[in-house]
Amino acid sequence: MAFTNEQLERYSRHIILKEVGAKGQKKLLNAKVLIIGAGGLGAPAALYLAAAGVGTIGIADADEVDLSNLQRQVIHTTADVGKPKVESARETMEAINPDVTVKTYRLYIDSTNITDLIKDYDFIIDGTDNFPAKFLINDACVMAGKPFSHAGIIRFKGQLMTYVPGQGPCYRCVFKEPPPKDAVPTCKQAGVIGAMGGVIGSLQAMEAIKYILGTGDLLTGYLLTYDALKMEFRKIKLPKDHSGCAVCGDEPTITKLIDYELPSCELKSQG
Amino acid sequence: MKITVAGIAKEYPQGLTVRKLIESENVETPEYVTVTINDDFVESGAFDSTVLNEGDNVEFLYFMGGGR
Ligand SMILES: [Zn+2]
Repeated sequence: MAFTNEQLERYSRHIILKEVGAKGQKKLLNAKVLIIGAGGLGAPAALYLAAAGVGTIGIADADEVDLSNLQRQVIHTTADVGKPKVESARETMEAINPDVTVKTYRLYIDSTNITDLIKDYDFIIDGTDNFPAKFLINDACVMAGKPFSHAGIIRFKGQLMTYVPGQGPCYRCVFKEPPPKDAVPTCKQAGVIGAMGGVIGSLQAMEAIKYILGTGDLLTGYLLTYDALKMEFRKIKLPKDHSGCAVCGDEPTITKLIDYELPSCELKSQG
Repeated sequence: MKITVAGIAKEYPQGLTVRKLIESENVETPEYVTVTINDDFVESGAFDSTVLNEGDNVEFLYFMGGGR
């Protein structure tokens, strides 16, 4: 596959990088990334992956755009209110870059659909907003041998880690199981500063891009935390030994996907 | 004794347990925090029995559930 003149110009700032080059840009154009959740994290991730020329981008979300989303979900506009988020996201991505094929999945993920959903993708981005979904994505990716970027944001804080099969701990290694319903704030009542999604979601896109290019160090074995009020990033080393993990350990006790119960305030807003 | 808590050098008396440290540091949602000492997990059932030593590096890892 040769680049068109338009592609040579569009991706010129990538192609000039020694870590990318024409070869790396082709890898991006041939790559498939799935974003679960078209919201605070998924929106910036989708924008940067589309702009970067990631050839196939899947986006999964069951919701419609709400006015209260627009403070942070920068892929949607005021005119999109009421539209399915995946449609609005697709239109924006296609407008940014016609090289990208966007596949939309208007659904909530659960134990019955996630394995099928992730199977054709090279890398998965968790942009969901609740623990049942985050654990489900982790377990499904571990079981299917798929790399993914986990992230969470709340108030003025955010964090992320990257799982690559065979390389270091998974999300469940660190957090074991979802906290009881409503025990830890994840809900809209807690609030989040809009730009936090931009920071953390862009870092997730960066991890996906580096994974595709096979360049640099990923956040495998580390949790990167960001505190915007202190303006502090910390890269926290995670324990290496994951032999005892219930899903990625030597003798996994979790061998089937689990649908955990959603907190009461989030019954209508899964990712 | 000197220990490092979340990247910051702190002075604590000898015999400090993980449980006491969690209280002293006003850890949010202490029931659900993940603790590592020198890059090893401390099981939550062992917070009372685990005593910190001079030079230990302690990290608190928090659930963060938001994203949309
Ligand atoms: Zn694990």
